[in-house]
Amino acid sequence: MPWKLDSDRPIFLQIIERIQMDIIAGYYQPGDKLPSVRELAQEASVNPNTMQKALSELERTGLVYAQRTSGRFITEDINMIEQLKSQLAKEIVTQFLENMYQLGFQKDEILELLSKTIEVKGENDDTIGM
Amino acid sequence: MTLLECKELTKTYGSFSALSNINLQIESGHIIGLLGPNGSGKTTLIKLITGLLAPTSGTIYIQEEPVGIASKNLISYLPDHTYLSEHMRVQDMIRFFEDFYENFDSERAYDMLEKLKIDPRHRFKTFSKDTKEKVQLILVMSRRAGLYILDEPIAGVDPAARDYILQTILSNCNEDATILISTHLISDIENILDEVIFIQNGRLHTHASVDDLRQKDRKSIDTLFREVFKC
Repeated sequence: MPWKLDSDRPIFLQIIERIQMDIIAGYYQPGDKLPSVRELAQEASVNPNTMQKALSELERTGLVYAQRTSGRFITEDINMIEQLKSQLAKEIVTQFLENMYQLGFQKDEILELLSKTIEVKGENDDTIGM
Repeated sequence: MTLLECKELTKTYGSFSALSNINLQIESGHIIGLLGPNGSGKTTLIKLITGLLAPTSGTIYIQEEPVGIASKNLISYLPDHTYLSEHMRVQDMIRFFEDFYENFDSERAYDMLEKLKIDPRHRFKTFSKDTKEKVQLILVMSRRAGLYILDEPIAGVDPAARDYILQTILSNCNEDATILISTHLISDIENILDEVIFIQNGRLHTHASVDDLRQKDRKSIDTLFREVFKC
């Protein structure tokens, strides 16, 4: 199954985001070995050079490290993964707030709506759980 | 090392100039889209590179040698029309290609045929149009070539098989081989390209990396193409 990629943004950036998400979500555990460039390129249906570029970039940030003969591994630095997680969370919240301000909501209205939605969603989840 | 270099390449037919003053450098290890409307000169450029046409002026070097026996061994070419004999069975074609091309890998061919569920015992004329296209592509991709030139490889194939064929292209070429694909179906293949060449009225319009273009214009190559070649 090819990865879902937007056609109007650089592919290597989207690959980076996707692998970051896979790491945060625990699909790849700290210390796990990544598939080879070719395998990943085939899975994503992208050019191997583009995949290579994305992985090199992930390597540069330290999230992934290369071992000369045995391939690429996910960092074992759990702090770094946690940091990435909170950074992404901050980005999502900032984006959300921007959208809400654009819709004309005030701070307290946003908070109220947010807590209401969380409550309702929580109740729904409980019933589904039972 | 530069795989292919065109210098001031020009091809004219009488007073009509099919290609004018093309300067182009292609490196190894890329998948490159050769894009342009009908009649823009894509097939002419391909035929010059493969040595089927001689340039009016200018030069082509393939691995620093002029077009010749060495370049024909290096290039595996899929033309835009069928050239295989209708009455032949696929297994006979494989034997023929094996005999003809030093770098033909019949194991690879049988493997791809099996994956696409094509029976090599059948005669070519019994196949539907899209199966014929698949067989031709398999034969071309089964050579261990340095440069694959595919002229409209997926035009007659349904979208599901298209994905499969792109996978086949991705998984079957050597890392240091370059694939030059001419096509109109840009949105179907743009994720596997890393470079594009736009040709407009016989001239080179753009030669750039796909991600650079997307970053610069925030548009897909398909959208960009529609803008550049707007009628």
